[in-house]
Amino acid sequence: MNAHLQPTGSAYFLTQETQQTERHTLSVLVDNEPGILARVVGLFSARGYNIESLTVSETEHDKRLSRITVVVVATPKVLVQIKTQLERLVPVHKVHDLTAEGAYLERELALIKVKGSGEHRAETLRLADAFRAHIVDATVESFVFEVTGKPEKVDSFIALMAPLGLVEVVRTGLAAIGRGPEGM
Amino acid sequence: MAEKMTGAEMVIQALTDQGVEHIFGYPGGAALPIYDAMFQQDFVKHILVRHEQGATHMAEGYARSTGKPGVVLVTSGPGATNAVTGLTDALMDSIPLVCITAQVPTTLIGTDGFQECDTVGITRSCTKHNYLVKNVADLPRVLHEAFHIATTGRPGPVVIDIPKDVQFAVGDYYKPETETLRHQSYRPKMDGDLAAIEAAVDLMLKAERPIFYTGGGVINAGPEASENLRELAELTGFPVTSTLMGLGAYPASEPQWMGMLGMHGTYEANMAMHDCDVMINIGARFDDRITGRIDAFSPNSRKIHVDIDPSSINKIIRVDVPIVGDCNRVLEEMIRIWRSRTNQPRTEAIAPWWKQIEKWRAVGSLNFKNSDTIIKPQWAIQRLYEATKAQSKDVYITTEVGQHQMWAAQHFHFDKPNHWMTSGGLGTMGYGLPAAVGVQVAHPDALVIDIAGEASVQMTMQELSTAVQYRLPIKVFILNNERMGMVRQWQDLLHGSRYAHSYSESLPDFVKLAEAYGAKGIKCDTPADLDAAIAEMIDYDGPVLFDVLVEKDENCLPMIPSGKPHNEIILPDTADIGDIIDEKGRALV
Repeated sequence: MNAHLQPTGSAYFLTQETQQTERHTLSVLVDNEPGILARVVGLFSARGYNIESLTVSETEHDKRLSRITVVVVATPKVLVQIKTQLERLVPVHKVHDLTAEGAYLERELALIKVKGSGEHRAETLRLADAFRAHIVDATVESFVFEVTGKPEKVDSFIALMAPLGLVEVVRTGLAAIGRGPEGM
Repeated sequence: MAEKMTGAEMVIQALTDQGVEHIFGYPGGAALPIYDAMFQQDFVKHILVRHEQGATHMAEGYARSTGKPGVVLVTSGPGATNAVTGLTDALMDSIPLVCITAQVPTTLIGTDGFQECDTVGITRSCTKHNYLVKNVADLPRVLHEAFHIATTGRPGPVVIDIPKDVQFAVGDYYKPETETLRHQSYRPKMDGDLAAIEAAVDLMLKAERPIFYTGGGVINAGPEASENLRELAELTGFPVTSTLMGLGAYPASEPQWMGMLGMHGTYEANMAMHDCDVMINIGARFDDRITGRIDAFSPNSRKIHVDIDPSSINKIIRVDVPIVGDCNRVLEEMIRIWRSRTNQPRTEAIAPWWKQIEKWRAVGSLNFKNSDTIIKPQWAIQRLYEATKAQSKDVYITTEVGQHQMWAAQHFHFDKPNHWMTSGGLGTMGYGLPAAVGVQVAHPDALVIDIAGEASVQMTMQELSTAVQYRLPIKVFILNNERMGMVRQWQDLLHGSRYAHSYSESLPDFVKLAEAYGAKGIKCDTPADLDAAIAEMIDYDGPVLFDVLVEKDENCLPMIPSGKPHNEIILPDTADIGDIIDEKGRALV
């Protein structure tokens, strides 16, 4: 645009974000009703929040409650907004920022398909054993492994499988829970 | 207890049990069973609109002027999509609406049926909550829950989407019971934290340059909240300013009133916000039209923020004392605690502050150069205000969006809450005319005036037909400058006066248009005739379109340009700046 056509102002303030982002794991207790996932995901996209991982499943069948574990990357100010905006949704019971509230456990499950023969096959099995990955399917030329652990462990196992004939991976996303006797 | 009836009958029965006397709607194929049930009773009165957007704005005007929820009934597909603007408007301005949308039968959902749309999907992000009722057994609970959610906490719009087969299905209807309404996860916090309120009062007791910054939350908290705000202002002696949405909560006739703040607020209100040492925000949300540049917003103040919505706290501005709760209850507590600490206003301690405010006030930031050959829009509003003051009737004002809206906020003065209806958050052109219809339905004997612009009013002009049909004597006061004035002003100030598409060509003859609708048309283009023409408008017993031809290129001032702090406000060239603004500030004038 020609310099003389540059606007001297704007109807809105165009300021850059200066805060550093952090990675937090949130646990969200919700009514298991139709559309609840769309409400949560829609809130994230509408307000421009980033989701790294999202896991949802019914956890208390008789109370029709589901638990959503969501990993977000945001500035501290936006993290507070994400929590309060989620709590504003009518079917949301509770939101806990596990990262902010103390010690917690994170686990992820992955199914990993590896194809190969000969020496590769033996090496694949040795590594799978070291990572305590279970063989859940096997053919003469392939394995499907089930591996559970922290996301970093799953990442390393997948990285090791890559040169050994990795075909495809499926991951559940993160499930997280606070340590100690207290419930949510 | 339970009574057998069809889903459609449940809708009407629930409206009756909720005390809903008026609904705004438009029929269509999927909504016919509900319309049939409505035909067979006469408690719930239906106002037939001309476009569903009109229905939603009417319901907003109705709700805002009564404190009761506004109710809308529309059909599936286009009926629902046309309602989206009004729903979004109600969400942004926290207006309680219940919008019932009909849906194609459950068996057709997802098949791209005739007049099918994903109503709950589309309205999810523009409602406080929404429901698709697939089973008639859920309908009574959902209907009552919708009213509960729309009207409590931070109010907002709720959509209930009811497929046609559910309207025909027979089930058990239950009356609303408070027991069953105890929602499992929805529990708005009403009472503010006592320790926080005490900390707030302690700050206020030490303040030397305090200011009350109040918003629409005070109006939403009911008339008692406005009463309590007045009492607290009197007890403390602090100055009061308000957002666009909060006008009327504190009387404009009080000496402690400083006028509206924000982008087009008064010089004194904005300067006081910038220089204060304690800011008491009651029911406002630090909107970007209020704060100006965030990092220069009121840099030296301790901030107290009362809001019923926890997500409003620290969203834009970091505050020192957050209080989550209903404005009325928090104000009551503040008054009680203030009284327990002292029985004196802080008159002496804040006398220098008032002296400073008086200096700012003397600038006369709302002044304008009047003319005796052409009608100035500000003057037209002043004359309208003077004429309505003499009325014995209650006067309600609605507006469209743009320059005329800001001039109305600046030059029309409100002493009571719920008498000012405007689209603040969403800024919806076309809001005012239908909103006026809704207000007039709720207050048949009142004088209801839509202060409009010629561009905005054409967006929902067809609702004049609704006003004529129901003999609703609304007055549409059009400040006609043949421009989209606010757009033109921004282009003037920020885009080198390149007026891209901001003028109105081929304008209708509003007098003939009014007559074509069966209303009265009046036109005025000379200052000398204005008072008589306003009197003619007010005295006419029926809807009026009043076309006031005003100065075409007037800018709305004062104005805080975007990206600037409050103390860099642009003043009109009639302002008596004296030695108050330094050289830098003067350059901006």
